Amino acid sequence: MRDTFVRTLVEIAKKDKHIELVTGDLGFGVLKPYWEQCPDQFTNAGIAEQNMTAMAAGMALEGKTVFTYSIGNFPTLRCLEQVRNDCAYHHANVKVVCVGGGFVYGSLGMSHHATEDIAIMRSLPDMVVMAPGDLVEAEEATKAIAAYQGTCYLRLGRGGEKRIHEKIDNFQIGKAIKVHDGERFAILSAGAIFDEVQEAYNQLKEEGFNPMVYTFPTIKPIDREVIEKCARECDFIVTCEEHNIVGGFGSAVSEVMAEMRERKAYLVKVGLNDQFATKVGSQKYLRGEYQMDAKAIIEIIKRELNK
Amino acid sequence: MMKHSSEQLAWLIRRHGVEMTHVSGGSHIGAVLSVADIVAVLYADVMHVDPENPKWEGRDRFILSKGHAGASIYAALAESGFFPVEELKTHYQNGSRLSGHVSHHLPGVDLSTGSLGHGLSVGAGMAYALKKDGKMGQRVYVVVGDGECNEGSVWEAALFANHFRLNNLVAIVDHNHMQSLDFNENTLEIEDFASKWKAFGWNVIEIDGNDHEELRNAFKAAKENSGKEPHKPTVIIANTIKGCGVPFMQNDILWHYRFPHKGWEYDCAVSELHKIKPEGVTDPYTPDGIANPVLPTDTDDIGNDHTFSYTWNPTYPEHMRRVEATPGEGGREHHVD
Repeated sequence: MRDTFVRTLVEIAKKDKHIELVTGDLGFGVLKPYWEQCPDQFTNAGIAEQNMTAMAAGMALEGKTVFTYSIGNFPTLRCLEQVRNDCAYHHANVKVVCVGGGFVYGSLGMSHHATEDIAIMRSLPDMVVMAPGDLVEAEEATKAIAAYQGTCYLRLGRGGEKRIHEKIDNFQIGKAIKVHDGERFAILSAGAIFDEVQEAYNQLKEEGFNPMVYTFPTIKPIDREVIEKCARECDFIVTCEEHNIVGGFGSAVSEVMAEMRERKAYLVKVGLNDQFATKVGSQKYLRGEYQMDAKAIIEIIKRELNK
Repeated sequence: MMKHSSEQLAWLIRRHGVEMTHVSGGSHIGAVLSVADIVAVLYADVMHVDPENPKWEGRDRFILSKGHAGASIYAALAESGFFPVEELKTHYQNGSRLSGHVSHHLPGVDLSTGSLGHGLSVGAGMAYALKKDGKMGQRVYVVVGDGECNEGSVWEAALFANHFRLNNLVAIVDHNHMQSLDFNENTLEIEDFASKWKAFGWNVIEIDGNDHEELRNAFKAAKENSGKEPHKPTVIIANTIKGCGVPFMQNDILWHYRFPHKGWEYDCAVSELHKIKPEGVTDPYTPDGIANPVLPTDTDDIGNDHTFSYTWNPTYPEHMRRVEATPGEGGREHHVD
């Protein structure tokens, strides 16, 4: 996913000289194609995320479109006030890019688990929050935020994500993407956990179930229309995210549902159950350990179906 | 458990580091090798800690703020009796408590780290509280990275520690002159480093950080300084070599991320360590070394410059390049005109 992002950004940057990429001293091997092809639009700001982000806001206020790049929580939580005051409040054209949303850096430990970033970024006014679910969404999201005027957050996986969509027609910020039509219940997915959702869907389908599936590459602004449709038509909605269930994608969906006067569905949130992951291991292992892999998604859904 | 000399402990840290990153595919062996001597001297000769009672109030506090070199601390703690040496093998593995970055879920670890620029502030807080309570028998040791000193928060802590005369706080900068993509001086200039710390009010000692005698003397001087009241905090600028001990890893940024793969990389790393193995220490993995090590061929990636400034040829300012220190060599001098 990060390679897709870099490849896409190189294409955009070659055509638009106002695009700038600023890294917080990360991206060994990964950003090389960018700095080789667009050397004049590249800066290493060192291990200094607060300065990087506020400095990016300054560049943006002078007319640049600035992508800040780091991993895990470093481009967001580490410099939260710079994102809030200097970027979002000024509607500065800064695109905060995080590589390694969720448990991508599972073995590296808690400091590198990005499991509250969506909640925190989403709570900032004037902030677009995107979490692409596959490589196609990652490419489209990169293009969309480059064209958008204002502050955005782009949460990426790292590598190994699949290409699940064939292609996406008319990709727009704020619009969910229908993956499967269905009935009775809906699975809504945000971010790279889409891998697991798709696997769960395939197995449920084999067993004769027919859920609706949507991905939400944009978490803010959220696609109210799709949520309301699902809430009216389904018995229940399942949200999946590699993130704390407090404040994240599931919460964003719940906010829409709670304001509906009439709805049929209730909500089931799949995600990290408001805890820090003290165990370490691979992304796949931690998804299983903390109940958000395909197996867990199926179990949770069957539990609801049998109620 | 037999107490190791600092030289023995440093060697074991290096040997465990090579094994742990080899088995797990983990990063940061270069940093583990640069900091190994600092950590070894602290645990063997300087700090008062008790493996039987890791939370002992009278202990010296220790923070590895450059948490990515976590393997060095895990090895030092295990070899000092805080937990079984066998557990080191679980580093990075599913279900392990040995995360790549330091975790306080292990006995003997005072603070989890991994995001740079936190440790010196927390260390200052510990030193401040100890001093407020009149507990001047304990010192707080914080190892920070030189790249880490890009973070503004390091300098906020530096201001605080001087202002409150935290003479019970000792910062050690593992000054290996490299960070994630390149040499420090090709990223954000930090020289004249010692003058910066002096200007912030600290007592500055500059040494060869891979030399145990110099390290011991520096810690002794820091201790003497802490006896003076009121006086400044001490920083030991420990000039080290990234990858120290395994010549082909030295001064090569590749080994910030790359792990020693099966084949010549692992075999040669182990063989190089066996060339410098001190008396009286046993290699727990390959006791007799490797009999017929696989050797690199002409096509293998060894001795090449992998830095950002090397690959980013088109516009990289010539004056920002280092003039000495080539990959695979032990040069310590890094000048900027």
